[in-house]
Amino acid sequence: MSTLAIKDLHVSIETEQGSKEILKGVTLTIKSGEIHAIMGPNGSGKSTLASTIAGHPRYKVTSGTITLDDEDVLEMSVDERARAGLFLAMQYPVEVPGVTMTNFLRTAKTAIDGEAPKLRTWAKDVRGAMEKLKIDADFANRNVNEGFSGGEKKRVEILQMELFKPKFAVLDETDSGLDIDALRVVSDGVNRAHSENDMGTLLITHYTRILNYITPQFVHVFVDGRVAEQGGPELADELEANGYDRFLAPAQA
Amino acid sequence: MTNSASADQAEQVAGVEVGEARITIPGMSEEGENLATAHEETEHSHGGLGESTVKAKSGGSRADRTTSLNVADFAVPTGREEEWRFSPLKKLGRVLSDAATQTPVTLKVRNTATGVTHGELALAQAPRGTVFLAADRAAVVGYTQTQTADHIKVAANTELSEPVFLDITGEAAGHRANGHIVLEAGNHSKAVFVMEHRGSADANLNVEVIVRDGADVTVVSLQRWDDDAVHVGQQDAEVGRDAKYKHVSITLGGEVVRLNSNVRYSAEGGEAAMYGLYFADAGQHLEHRSFVDHNSPRNSSNVLYKGALQGQDARTVWVGDVLIRKAAEGTDSYEKNQNLILTDGARADSIPNLEIETGLIEGAGHASSTGRFDENHLFYLMARGIPEKEARQLVVRGFLNEIVQAIGVESIEDTVQQDLENELKIAGF
Repeated sequence: MSTLAIKDLHVSIETEQGSKEILKGVTLTIKSGEIHAIMGPNGSGKSTLASTIAGHPRYKVTSGTITLDDEDVLEMSVDERARAGLFLAMQYPVEVPGVTMTNFLRTAKTAIDGEAPKLRTWAKDVRGAMEKLKIDADFANRNVNEGFSGGEKKRVEILQMELFKPKFAVLDETDSGLDIDALRVVSDGVNRAHSENDMGTLLITHYTRILNYITPQFVHVFVDGRVAEQGGPELADELEANGYDRFLAPAQA
Repeated sequence: MTNSASADQAEQVAGVEVGEARITIPGMSEEGENLATAHEETEHSHGGLGESTVKAKSGGSRADRTTSLNVADFAVPTGREEEWRFSPLKKLGRVLSDAATQTPVTLKVRNTATGVTHGELALAQAPRGTVFLAADRAAVVGYTQTQTADHIKVAANTELSEPVFLDITGEAAGHRANGHIVLEAGNHSKAVFVMEHRGSADANLNVEVIVRDGADVTVVSLQRWDDDAVHVGQQDAEVGRDAKYKHVSITLGGEVVRLNSNVRYSAEGGEAAMYGLYFADAGQHLEHRSFVDHNSPRNSSNVLYKGALQGQDARTVWVGDVLIRKAAEGTDSYEKNQNLILTDGARADSIPNLEIETGLIEGAGHASSTGRFDENHLFYLMARGIPEKEARQLVVRGFLNEIVQAIGVESIEDTVQQDLENELKIAGF
C-alpha cells in the first residue's frame, strides 16, 4: 500500500509579465487502488498539477510538499520520479524522431526496473499489451509518436502505463480528442492497470464522459488553482447536469 | 503537381502543450518549393535558430545553369551567385583559382579482385568527360587542371564481394591538389566504392561515376580530413537502364568542405539514392548540394541528408535540387534534409528546390526541417525513467543512425559510428 500525498501545494510559472501563481494551495491524498477524478474548467490548474507531479521544469513549486510514501518527490529529478513509481500520461505526447517505439519501451522499462526485461517475455508482453489496446503491430517499428494521430498517441501513453506498472498514474486529459471506441479501449487499459497492479489513479478531465467507463471513488472540483469541492461519483453527475457555473460565479465575484 | 507540404507539416508538429499554455517549439522551419513555372522571387526561410529570414532571389531554373568543361565559361564567383551565396569564398579562393597542383593527394586503391582495373585517362580521353559536366567554377578548374585522371573500372558482369577502397590522402596543408577519378561499372556489374579522404590539402577533387545498364553501384565518400583541409568537389553519376546507384556522403572533418553530388539517367528504369551525413563542429563549414536531373522517363530518386551541428560558428548548408523535365514522365522522386542543432552559435541552411515540368509523374516530394535539440523530447524520455544523459544520446544517435545504416559496409559503419561517438562527447552528449 502506497500513498501519494500533496499538501498545500503552491506553484508558479514565469511569464513575460513576471511570476504567475497557478496553484494556490492544493491538498490531495491518493492511496494505492484508489481512483480520483479531478474536474474543472479550462485554466483552473488541473494540468499544472499533473506536470508538477511529473517534475516539468516550467513549473516552480513555491511552497507545499509532494511525498510518495514519505519520500520527498520534489527533491527528485524527472527520471527519478518515474523510477519511484509515478507515471504521467501526457495530454500532448511529443514526437521523438529517430527513436523507435521498441527501443524506447525497452530502454524505459530497463531504467524503471533497474534491469533489462527478459527478452522473450518482454516481446510477448509488448505484443499482448498492444493487441489489447488495438495498436497496430507495425507501431513498434515506428519512431516514438511520429506521425501518430491524436488518438494513437493516447493509446501509446496507456500502453506505456500498462507495461511500466507504476504505483500511481496521472492521466492528463487522456480522454480529450478520443472517439467513443478509443475512449473505451483506453478506459479498459486504465481499469486493467488498476485491478492488476493496484495502481492509484489521478484522472484529470474536463468532461464527465470518461467517468462512464472509469468509476472514481473521489471527485475533486478544481477552480482557480484550488480544490473547490470534494465528493463521491455523485458530484460528477451533478457537474454533468449543471456544469461549472456554480463554482465559477463566486470565483469571479 | 504534388509535393509533400502536408506530410511535412505533420512531421514538424511535435506539438507540446504543457499546463494551461501552449509552448511552441522554436527552431522548426520549413522551406518553400520552387516550381518550374515560378521564376519570380521566392522567399526562403532559413533554419538558423531565431535568425532572420533571408529573402533571396531564387536562381531560376536549374535547367538553365551553365555546365561546361571550359574554364572561360565560369567567372570567378563574387558570392552573389545562387550557387555560391552560402559559401565562404575567402577560404575557398585557393581552390577556385585556375591553378596547377602543388602537392598531389595520394591515391591508394585496395581490392585487387579479378575484374577490377586501375588505369589512367588523359584530359580528352573517353570515358573521362562523358558523364562529368562541370557546373561551377570549382569543378571546371579542378577538371582542366588534372592532366591525368584515375580510372577504376569494374568489368561487365562482375559482382564484387568486397568493396573497392580508394584511400585518398592530402599530403600538404594549404597546398593545391587537383584530382579526377572516373569510376566505371560495366553492364550488370555490382560494386561498392569507398573513397576515404584523410590528411590535409587544398583539394579540388572531382569524380564521375558511370553506371552502365543493369549495374548496381554504391559510392561512399568519406570526408575525414584534418582540421585545416579545404575540399571542393563535384561527384557526377549517370545511371543506366534498370541500374541502381547509391551515393553516401559522410562529412566529419575539414575546415571547409563543399560537395556537389549529382545524378542523371541515360535511359529508363534507373534508381538513384543519395544519402548524406554531416557533423559540423565550431568553425567548420560543411556544404552539400545535390542535384537529381530527371531527364528521362520512369526513373526514381530518393535524397536524404541529415546534419548535426555543435559549437560557435558551426555552419552547414544543404541545397537539394530536383528537376523533373518535360520528358521525365513516370518519375518518382523524394528529397529530405533534417538538421539537429545541439548548441547555441551554430547555423544550418536547408533549401530544397523542386521543379516539375510534367504532371505525368508518380510522385515528387520534399521536406526540410531544422530543429534544436529539444527539451521537450528530454522531458518526455526522462518522465519514463530514462536518465538525462541516456535520453540525450537516444535522441541524437537515433537521428543520425538512419544514414549510417545506409552505408551498407559494416566496417565503415562501425568506424563512422565511433567517430560520431567522439563528436558527441565534445558537446557532452
